Amino acid sequence: MLNVFIHICFLILLPPLLPGVINRVKAVLAGRKGPPLLQLYFDLARLLRKQMVLSSATTWVFRSGPMLGLVAVLLAGLLIPFGPFAAPISFTGDLILFVALLGLARFFTAAAALDAGSSFEGMGAARELTFACLAEPAVFLALLALARFSGVLSLTNMLLAPLAAGPLAHAAAPLVLVAAGLLIVLLAENCRMPVDDPNTHLELTMIHEVMVLDHSGPLLGVILYGAAVKLFVFSVLIGQVVLPVHTPWPALDWLIFAGRMIALAVVVGVVESVMARLQMRHVPILLTAACLLCGFGFILMLR
Amino acid sequence: MIFIWIAFLLATVSGLPGLFASRRANWPQIVSCALMCLTALTGLAGVIFIFIFGSQQSVICPSPIIGANFTMKLDPLAAFFLVPVFLIGASGAIYDLGYWRPARHTRSGPWLRLFYGILIAAMGLIVTAGDGITFLFGWELMGLSAFGAISVEHQRWKVRQAGWLFLVASHISMMVLIAMFLLFHQAAGSFALNPLSSAALHPRLSTAIFVLALIGFGIKAGVMPFHFWLPDAHAGAPSHVSAILSGVLLKMGVYGLIRVLMLLPAPPASWGVLILILGAINAVFGVAFALGQHEIKRLLAYHSIENIGIILMALGLAILGIAAKHPDWFILGMAACLLHVWNHALFKSLLFYSAGAVISKTHTGLIDRLGGLGKTMPYTAGAFLLGALAICGLPPLNGFISEWLLYMGLFRTAGPGQPAFYAAAALAAPALGLAGTLAVACFVKAYGTIFLGLPRAQDPESRLAPGPGDPARSMLIPMGILALTCVAIGLFPAAALLVVARAISPINHYGAIAALNQYVSVSALGVMTLVLALSLVAGWLVGEWLKNRAVKRRVGTWDCGYAKPSSRMQYTATSLADGLVGLLGWLLRPHKSSQRPRGAFPAPARFSSHVDEVVLDRVLVPLWVFAKNKLSVLKTFQQGSLQMYLLYILLALLILLLTLSPWGELPQWLLAH
Repeated sequence: MLNVFIHICFLILLPPLLPGVINRVKAVLAGRKGPPLLQLYFDLARLLRKQMVLSSATTWVFRSGPMLGLVAVLLAGLLIPFGPFAAPISFTGDLILFVALLGLARFFTAAAALDAGSSFEGMGAARELTFACLAEPAVFLALLALARFSGVLSLTNMLLAPLAAGPLAHAAAPLVLVAAGLLIVLLAENCRMPVDDPNTHLELTMIHEVMVLDHSGPLLGVILYGAAVKLFVFSVLIGQVVLPVHTPWPALDWLIFAGRMIALAVVVGVVESVMARLQMRHVPILLTAACLLCGFGFILMLR
Repeated sequence: MIFIWIAFLLATVSGLPGLFASRRANWPQIVSCALMCLTALTGLAGVIFIFIFGSQQSVICPSPIIGANFTMKLDPLAAFFLVPVFLIGASGAIYDLGYWRPARHTRSGPWLRLFYGILIAAMGLIVTAGDGITFLFGWELMGLSAFGAISVEHQRWKVRQAGWLFLVASHISMMVLIAMFLLFHQAAGSFALNPLSSAALHPRLSTAIFVLALIGFGIKAGVMPFHFWLPDAHAGAPSHVSAILSGVLLKMGVYGLIRVLMLLPAPPASWGVLILILGAINAVFGVAFALGQHEIKRLLAYHSIENIGIILMALGLAILGIAAKHPDWFILGMAACLLHVWNHALFKSLLFYSAGAVISKTHTGLIDRLGGLGKTMPYTAGAFLLGALAICGLPPLNGFISEWLLYMGLFRTAGPGQPAFYAAAALAAPALGLAGTLAVACFVKAYGTIFLGLPRAQDPESRLAPGPGDPARSMLIPMGILALTCVAIGLFPAAALLVVARAISPINHYGAIAALNQYVSVSALGVMTLVLALSLVAGWLVGEWLKNRAVKRRVGTWDCGYAKPSSRMQYTATSLADGLVGLLGWLLRPHKSSQRPRGAFPAPARFSSHVDEVVLDRVLVPLWVFAKNKLSVLKTFQQGSLQMYLLYILLALLILLLTLSPWGELPQWLLAH
């Protein structure tokens, strides 16, 4: 019960830290001081207090889209195990619900973007939808590989299986391939370099930022928070595959889990620092590579 | 049984009063609608009776001429397929009240209602047929009445074309099926649809029956590459007929395929794999073509191909389960297949009804000319959104439940220890995922462009009236009913699966479906969809609350400081899909033509992109033109006089008789003399 409570607290409180860590890593590597680690928390507090400006073109979809997206992503976060602890909700087949919830969030985010009736938002929605189509098969191939490895169809049991098998199990190689593929998917789905540049405000180069141009105040806060939760959930997914660690002390386990999340944020930050954004027409090639990595992971599992 | 009988009779006569009344009178339409509702009530009562008490069989009439009796046989599987026939049939008749008013459609109205009623009865007859002859009779009746219903607006050239294409496809399907039933007769000794024993059946004969069934039923079900008739027919027909075509008529092909497959003993694994691959190709390619469409009903038509693909994938998994002796694959596959048959009928009809409402109000189905309708047609927009979420397989709606079952089955083929051959079948799961994501893209495009943003009303070619409201109540009620059923199946999957379980029971090789709960936890899924639905409602409420509390002011959408923004500058559906259409260019082969602005005083620029129907426009039409040119020699035989044709038939029969003569004995006879 305590672990469920901690799970929910982590899910709600920890996500805004990750973008802070990423930005700090980028700043350090670029020789800058950078914003405070907790900048996103400050931003959220400020945005939630603000009033907002609504475009006269919009309907309820524009207002509810960010909320519905956040609800879907948070529910997805309840399905995935943190560290060696079972997820609060777990049943056979929850992995499909997990993927479908992310799809639901995407539907509403893109629909809310189109509701503003602007070319910019439309452009962002088009890119988001296009790249998601290439990322989705990679996710399914990764899940297939994990299902083959663990023999179960619930996320909790599936993602705790690498833990039981130990870090140097017979399937270490395919798991590494799967994790690499998922890392690319993480970068694409969460709009990080080299797919999207979260810093620019030049509409023509952006995906996610451009979809939310017209949201302001609390709605923008909800969007930023939802994006952070999504990044967190994806990081958990990869972390469970790559670094399964288990100690006899639950408190230490939670600490290790938090440390692992921060380590992954550092990895994302380093990737962002050393890579330039790809041209839009090259992004599909990168995502195809993710599919190939996960696909080879699955095929290696078949032996 | 008597209930089903009365239902068929009522459906058949429902269109008759209109033929004898004044064309402008309203009452025949109301009478036929009432008769269809009565049809649905008695029919569904009969269906419930069958679900509770099990199969029944009866002889309609003995027909000594063809040596077979017309028989009807009702088992739970047939009853399962009867539900959408009656439900969609009745809701379409209610929709007709507001959609095809006698005042506007004076000439076509009575005919439409006549064909519509016969179509419903014919599809019922197919499902309840107990022997091949009755089945073929129903099949032909369905083809002819659907042809009539599609081409009611025959003053439009495109509709005539679509009708003829449907008729041609329907008869090719009929010919293939006649051949199949003849082979079946040869194997079984009678036309009765009873399971064949494996002893009597040569494997080659069994394969021939399977292939013919796949082609014959595949044409009707719109399976690629036999789907060429489908987009035109769906786009040309009145919307509630499109709903029947897509939601119910295509399922007759699925029903036939399931029925024949269950009669053949011991299907090999290769059949299952073939159907699975065919399904995966259909699912992905169907939605890919949908992305390239500009017309809402054509877009929905291509999504029918996608959904038939999903149904086929599930069927393939079930067959693979029988062949590999894995009851879990069979049960999960079959449950997904049947539940998706219902689901597709529900959400696709919902989508066609809302598309019809949009078209009837704005007089255009071109997505790029619409926009912002969500503000003035909130109920239509809501219905379309629900249908869109359901067809994308997103929770908490019904499409997700059936796709979830299919995913579960596919993932189980890759369980540890399964041979690589079966595990490869699980690769259909990423294909299904890809189809689902493409569907999200396609429906965000359709919903976003039609209902969100601003009206693209400045377009001079659009006859969009300022702010068309929601359609008449008689059109909203059927949409409401279908939307409710979509939500109900999504929130209470266990209840829906009880009915599915009953339908599988006669063809279940592995005992009761209590097994289903042993493989997956449907009840847990139901709880989760319920939780999700409640949280979504909560999220929506917060969004509305924010509007009242925190809105500072309302302004126009941010436009980069551009001086004169116009709503035509919004992103169009074509642009939205352009990235994906480009990526799929090797398949879709879009025609693009553009005229860029040049010079200091540029002429008007234009851009257009169009995706052909590849099989029809790239393969069949050139082939037909080629054949027509090459075979023109044979025109000399085509005199147009009946006597000559009768002579040809006589000659053909004589030649056939000659081939039956004992030619083998001729050399001996010659030697002897």
